[in-house]
Amino acid sequence: MFDIGIGHYLTLGAVIFTIGIVGIFLNRKNVIVILMSIELILLAVNINLVSFSIFLNDLSGQIFTLFILTVAAAEAAIGLAIIVVYYRNSGTIRVEEIDNLKG
Amino acid sequence: MQAHAFFFYIFSLIAIISAIMVTASKNTVHSVFFLILDFISISCLFILIGAEFLGMIMLIVYVGAVAVLFLFVVMMLNVAQQKNQWFGATSGSKHIPVGMIVSLIIFFELLIVIGGWKLKPDLANEFMKLSTTVVTNTHSIGNVLYTDYIHLFQLSGMILLVAMIGAIVLTFRKRTGIKKQSYISQISREKNDGVELVEVKNNEGVKIDV
Repeated sequence: MFDIGIGHYLTLGAVIFTIGIVGIFLNRKNVIVILMSIELILLAVNINLVSFSIFLNDLSGQIFTLFILTVAAAEAAIGLAIIVVYYRNSGTIRVEEIDNLKG
Repeated sequence: MQAHAFFFYIFSLIAIISAIMVTASKNTVHSVFFLILDFISISCLFILIGAEFLGMIMLIVYVGAVAVLFLFVVMMLNVAQQKNQWFGATSGSKHIPVGMIVSLIIFFELLIVIGGWKLKPDLANEFMKLSTTVVTNTHSIGNVLYTDYIHLFQLSGMILLVAMIGAIVLTFRKRTGIKKQSYISQISREKNDGVELVEVKNNEGVKIDV
C-alpha cells in the first residue's frame, strides 16, 4: 500500500487512458472535447513511458516522451485549425451535426 | 517512502477526478480548466518520481501553450455554453453502451497486462551499471538528446514547423475590400514615379494634373 512501485503508475496510466477513450465515445457535445480526450490518452502514454524509464533507469523513455510532447503539440495546433475552418464553413462543431459522411 | 505514497495518492486522485471532469463537465471552458489541472498534477507526479525536466517541460508546453490554445479556440468559437446531453440523448444513445463496453474491455485488458507483467529481476541492475547517478536528470537528458537522438530532435523541429505552416495555411482567409500594404510596390518605387522636376516660369504657376 505504501510501497509505490511501477504498478501504481501503470495503473494510473491505464485509468487515464480509459477515461480518454470513454470521453471519445460518450461525447455528444463538440469536437474540441474529443481533442482534449486525445490529449488525455497521450498523457497516459507519457505516464507509462516515464515510469518505465525511471524504474528501469533507462533514459530512452523520457526522450520519447519529449517527442510525444512535440507531436501532441503539433497535433493540437493542426486539429484546432481544422476545427476553426470547419466552424467557419458550416457554423457548428456539434458532434451530432457533423454527419457529412453518414457514419 | 510514506510521504512519497501520500503525495502519489493525492496527485493521482486529483488527476483521475479532473480527467473524469474533462469529459463530463457541461461547460467546455470548465473542461479546459480541468485539463490544465490534470496536466499540472501529472507533472507533479513526474517531478515526484525524478523526471523533473519532463515535468517542467510538461508544464510549459501543455499548460502554457496547448491548454491556452484550447481555451482560445473555445472562447473564439462561442460554443462554451452548449448543453451536454450524453445520458439524456435521444438520437445518439446507441453509442453509449457500445462505448462503455469497449472502454471497459480496454481497461481490463490493460489491467491484465499490468498484473501479469513481471520485471526480469536483474534487468534494473544491468541498466544501473550503465548510468551514473551523480548527474542531474536534465544533464543526462541533454547528454543523450543532442548526441544519440539528434536526428529525431531535428525531425521534431521539422514537425513543429510543418504544423505551424499548416495551421496558418488552414486558417488563412483572403478578404476582399480591405487595404493592404504591398511591400514590393513600396520597395520598387523609383524616383521618376514619385517626383517630377518642372521648370517654373515667371508669373505662371505650375499646372498639376490631378
